[in-house]
Amino acid sequence: MTTPLTDAPAAGAGAALKPGTAGRRPVPVVRILRMELVKQFSAWRVRLLVLLCWLGPGLLVFAIDQQNTLPSDTLFGRWMHATGWAGSLVVLGVAGTWALPLVTSVVAGDVFACEDRLGTWRHLIIAVRSHRRIFAAKAIASVTVTGLLVAGLAVSSMLGGLLAEGNQPLVGLDGHLLTGGDAVGKVLLAWVCVLAPTLALAAIGLLGSVALGRSPMGLLLPMIAALGMQTAQMLPLPVTVRLALPGYTFISWNGLFTDPQQLGPLLIGIGVSLVWAVVATALACLLFLRRDFTNLNNDGAGRRALTLGVLPLAGVLAATVGAVAVGTGAGGSGITQDKVQRSVATVFSHLYPSQQAQMHQPAVTAAQLQTTAACDKSEGLGAQAGPGNDWRCTVSWNVPGYNVTAQAIYQVDVTPTGRYIADGDGPVQVNGYFLIINAGKPTPNPLWQFDGNVDLISDH
Amino acid sequence: MDTTIAVRGHGITKVFGDVVALDHVDVSVAQGQIYGLVGPNGAGKTTLLGLMLGLAVADEGDLEILGTSVGRGLPAPDGVSGFVDGPGLYPTLTAKQNLATLLSLQPDDSLAGDVGDALEQVGLTEAGDQKVRGFSLGMRQRLGLAAALLTKPRLLVLDEPSNGLDPAGKRQVHQVLRRLAAQGVTVVLSSHRMDDLEALCSEVTILAKGHVVFSGPPKKLTDDNHELDYRLRALDPSAAHAVAAATPGVRVVQDSDAVARPDNDVIVVRARTAALDELLARIVRANIPVRELAPVVSPLEAAFLSLTDQPALTGQEADQ
Repeated sequence: MTTPLTDAPAAGAGAALKPGTAGRRPVPVVRILRMELVKQFSAWRVRLLVLLCWLGPGLLVFAIDQQNTLPSDTLFGRWMHATGWAGSLVVLGVAGTWALPLVTSVVAGDVFACEDRLGTWRHLIIAVRSHRRIFAAKAIASVTVTGLLVAGLAVSSMLGGLLAEGNQPLVGLDGHLLTGGDAVGKVLLAWVCVLAPTLALAAIGLLGSVALGRSPMGLLLPMIAALGMQTAQMLPLPVTVRLALPGYTFISWNGLFTDPQQLGPLLIGIGVSLVWAVVATALACLLFLRRDFTNLNNDGAGRRALTLGVLPLAGVLAATVGAVAVGTGAGGSGITQDKVQRSVATVFSHLYPSQQAQMHQPAVTAAQLQTTAACDKSEGLGAQAGPGNDWRCTVSWNVPGYNVTAQAIYQVDVTPTGRYIADGDGPVQVNGYFLIINAGKPTPNPLWQFDGNVDLISDH
Repeated sequence: MDTTIAVRGHGITKVFGDVVALDHVDVSVAQGQIYGLVGPNGAGKTTLLGLMLGLAVADEGDLEILGTSVGRGLPAPDGVSGFVDGPGLYPTLTAKQNLATLLSLQPDDSLAGDVGDALEQVGLTEAGDQKVRGFSLGMRQRLGLAAALLTKPRLLVLDEPSNGLDPAGKRQVHQVLRRLAAQGVTVVLSSHRMDDLEALCSEVTILAKGHVVFSGPPKKLTDDNHELDYRLRALDPSAAHAVAAATPGVRVVQDSDAVARPDNDVIVVRARTAALDELLARIVRANIPVRELAPVVSPLEAAFLSLTDQPALTGQEADQ
């Protein structure tokens, strides 16, 4: 059926065929990336996210700061009137729960699925002709857009807080004061740390987007994974399981705000998050490269895709649990009577001088107080370890200049993640009043209620 | 390798699970030719086009595109463009942005065309700044063609390019394809519209269930002189009916249906070409004014239906 060509081609496009030498030159990844970014930012939902992330936190922090009642149940929320840096940390805490999983769902969870939905896969593959380069560009585009949105959350919340309260010292999680300079560094570092679990969720989004195609489940996968990990963090699980979940870094950045810093859980969390990010991205890549784009009815969803996606991640979880157990030697809940006592005493000893200063009493130092705490759980019945709202601590300290020992009582609610709230239960002169009138201006009593954090893996 | 052949396939087989989409298909397309692929749904047209575009590789057989072997580990060469299953367009981008993003994917800027020129060629200049979300199917088809033109292809592979086009749009697309062919660009297209294939293609291949059942110039199909149904509209249909009934080799079909139709001046006759000539001569001799004599389905379509074992439509069904 070969038809000989009788007329020479006219010109231009069809002018010359060079047998055997016309192999397709690869399209540079940067060009595909540019196209992906154009597509991403043309979608209304991404534009809306950019707007929300860059304006929302600042406006929210500023607005909350104008209120009399502060979100004291949120970490650092009680200090929003004291310093501009607290607002950004409040946003960071909320972002780890809701905003960052949502961002990864909308951006990474849709980056492959949108091509299925629009029927544009073949168009893209014909234009690029390299599945690997397409995958690389889409993954990089997802990370780029996600990073831009995280940066927006961080910058906006910091600016909002600084505009409202300025660059004042921040009270750390163990009660010690961080100067404005220290605070900016640690707040920025905390935002950088949560990039790791955000990357892990983005990678899970890529995996869901590749494996589940146009199914909405692919889009929801990062949200579902984040919700699952948050639920797990609320359960009384062994500390090894808790640390082996990438979502723990959304909590363990707290450790940056203690002195000494609780870096163990934070570094483990970052490491685990990065392992998840790499494995989930590799699985997504593998599934994408194996996909058959000639069959329109097959968008990748199926038992095989799920098997290749879910089972390896379950294996990663098991392996990281084992590695954390061996590496840290940690066991149980990680919350012991000794740790609670030490932590409560430390926080109290740091906050007491602040209260004294507010009340225009002679200056004291934490060292002078020689604070100790005696804590029991369930009135001493049962195991004196683990999370619960039934911890009760008696704090004792030496009153400088009087050579007497004073005591205060706190009801302590310790969550499974190690974070706790100590609620004053007398005497009224120490922790009975919510506010202290200081030069006619009401300021929060730092000893009425305070936050703290138990290091789950360190014995110190 | 013969450089005058743009596409050469031998023994191409492609299997999806239990389904044999292409079964030892041979194909050869000369450079500068407009080549048609036709077949019923599931015949393997899209699969064959997909292989040419490098979307998949054949399980068996050899395929050369523009003088280069393609297959597993052997990507399709530069200069191949087109679309299958509709043009892939991003609805949130404008027509110009869609083309510009495609243009940005060209590894070599010298191979890239001009967005404005591509839009002008397909008659979409005025819609260039509109978002594709609001485009009709025909406009999307034309924009898909513009996208393909933008890469200055040497082989253009188009799946149903006339789908959704109005008559003016179809004429414009035909003009573009003919001009490209005249410039030496090879065009391989599939269509369900036999009139498109007859108007454009110098060769067609009919596929059925993954097999080639015909390959050659469309004229070869119509020359085979099959018995066809013709619609005859006369001023005096009763007289025409009588003449037709009396003409050897001519049968009047769908008699009652034709009478029942609103345009009951139409009768449908079934005949070979020679018998039809005789009928026309007799009608003229009988001094019956004839307003229309045309095949109910085109010869190519009739041949297609016959070769692919498709049930032939009656004259009335075809009209509907």
